[in-house]
Amino acid sequence: MTEPTLSVTDLRTWFDTRVGMLKAVDGVSFAVDKGRILGLVGESGSGKSVTGFSIMGLVDPPGRIAGGSIRFNGRELVGLPDEEMRALRGSRIAMIFQDPMMTLNPVLRVETQMTEAIFAHEKVTEAEAKRRARDALGQVGIPSPEERLKAYPHQFSGGMRQRVAIAIALLNKPDLIIADEPTTALDVTIQGQILYEVQKLCRQTGTALIWITHDLSVVASLADEICVMYAGRMVEQGSVDDVLDRPMHHYTLGLIGSVPSRHRKGQPLVQIPGVMPSLLKLPGGCSFRLRCTRADAACTEEPPETSPAPGRKLRCFHPATAVPA
Amino acid sequence: MTVFILRRLMQSFVVLFIMSLLVFVGVYAIGDPVEIFISPEADQIERERAIAALGLDKPLWAQYVYFLQGALSGDLGRSFRFSIPALELIMQRLPATLELTVAAMILSLAIGLPAGIYAGFRPESRLSKVIMAGSIFGFSLPSFWVGLMLILVFAVELGWLPSTGRGEVGTILGVTTSFATVSGIQHLILPALNLSFFNMALITRLTRAGVRENMLMDYVKYARAKGLGMRRVMFVHVFKNILIPIVTVVGIQMGQVLAFAVVTEQIFAWPGMGKLIIDSISNLDRPVIVAYLLVVVIMFIVINLVVDVLYSVLDPRVRLQDMKG
Repeated sequence: MTEPTLSVTDLRTWFDTRVGMLKAVDGVSFAVDKGRILGLVGESGSGKSVTGFSIMGLVDPPGRIAGGSIRFNGRELVGLPDEEMRALRGSRIAMIFQDPMMTLNPVLRVETQMTEAIFAHEKVTEAEAKRRARDALGQVGIPSPEERLKAYPHQFSGGMRQRVAIAIALLNKPDLIIADEPTTALDVTIQGQILYEVQKLCRQTGTALIWITHDLSVVASLADEICVMYAGRMVEQGSVDDVLDRPMHHYTLGLIGSVPSRHRKGQPLVQIPGVMPSLLKLPGGCSFRLRCTRADAACTEEPPETSPAPGRKLRCFHPATAVPA
Repeated sequence: MTVFILRRLMQSFVVLFIMSLLVFVGVYAIGDPVEIFISPEADQIERERAIAALGLDKPLWAQYVYFLQGALSGDLGRSFRFSIPALELIMQRLPATLELTVAAMILSLAIGLPAGIYAGFRPESRLSKVIMAGSIFGFSLPSFWVGLMLILVFAVELGWLPSTGRGEVGTILGVTTSFATVSGIQHLILPALNLSFFNMALITRLTRAGVRENMLMDYVKYARAKGLGMRRVMFVHVFKNILIPIVTVVGIQMGQVLAFAVVTEQIFAWPGMGKLIIDSISNLDRPVIVAYLLVVVIMFIVINLVVDVLYSVLDPRVRLQDMKG
């Protein structure tokens, strides 16, 4: 079997803050194959964005990668010199950010912001860079790309700006795209269009994709694999169908129960009791145990990573077997 | 743009009119020039003839109307002391002050901008702390003391630079200026340096604050995620965003220095407008005071206009027609 595009093993990204060591990511492992889409799911503060930034090598001090391995196309990224990492960023690994209103520089033309991403990695002529920028805009469905290149970000709507960001990510035909909640700030209709386009582009170009989100319904329609994170740890992983149809971790169950559904109209939504604990004051053992209905004495020990079924990973002493409503 | 500038000019006339009224009444209130300009030994007939010659026998409103009539045809009155047109007197002195101001602003920017960028980029480094501590001195040490120290060190002790006067002037592109001769530049260095310290400190701190604030913005992280080098992120992305507050302050300070470089001009015996206005005030040379203040107002108006036009060049979101004068 060939090596996956990206394989993350036991990644730990810690922030050395004044009040203590904040373990934003603490032992996360997953792999993404060529042309596959991985959904990285969790609540705010579960460490999913930091995981993305760790892969990009964009964790700023006081954060650092404290351990683990990130292998990309067979190459170890942890400890890679700055310049080699920079050369990979934007060319082999691209990233799309959450808020398209904030990520494009307001005072530079779209053309400048697109062509500079090409010039950072390749020596091409001005005309060639411009042609590629224009083609990329056309590819993501922006009308009259030639004129739009001359425009500034504030002349685009939110959805259009996110398309520009996607076009920039596609410019250098990367092997991996990390999308950090790219549709959260958008209308549902726009979200649908963008999901469709991204999925299509990944299938066509064979780009691997990590889609970071808190929205299970997005993952259900888009991803092949799913990795659920809680308080910096992977709690459950597997194919989308397996995990969503037969969740085994009680946190995943809670997440699925929190999604409103037509079949349960009129009934109160299921909530996960409590809030996510501060990463500085995590309970010992399973970090979900204080909110878990099934927790008992065993859960004060750290649950080991098990593989209850082929292709599935789990960290729980009391796997659920019930099928959710 | 043209409409904007035209509307601005109309507003400027109103401002000038109000200003002239205030200045005229104010100057009238501060004392009677007759006591200074007419010899105490003069007899009553001579006194009355002299008062009539200066136009001081008429009531205030009549004097003002007379002044306005002259002003509309470009005549701001004659100096009581030198008996030449006040405007001509000011225009003789303006170039010296103007070049002093320009030299001081160039120095402030040439040192303040790089220092501020460095201090904002590496806030924890020792050099940054030295820069910030130095900027506090720039703010707080009184200009007259610094001027005396400069003279003491560079003119008296080391004997490197001259300490008084303007030096030789030459012509560049038809403009008579100190920049054209070595002696002129030598004479310019110390007063310009003295005048620049406060603004240097201001620009350093402003730049540092802007850099630190902008470095945390999403667009910076996004630019890095595209694989851009730190140099391009700083000097293209961040720099263009911090220029607006800097241009604003440089504009205000430019007017300030131009109009009130009095202390520095006194210490270095610089034959500029500052010295002229001090002399005119102590001699109650009313027409010169009024003309001087009006020239200052016009300079402020012009500088503000330039700053506003620069805004629209720097930030595409600013449109001049939306701006209220």
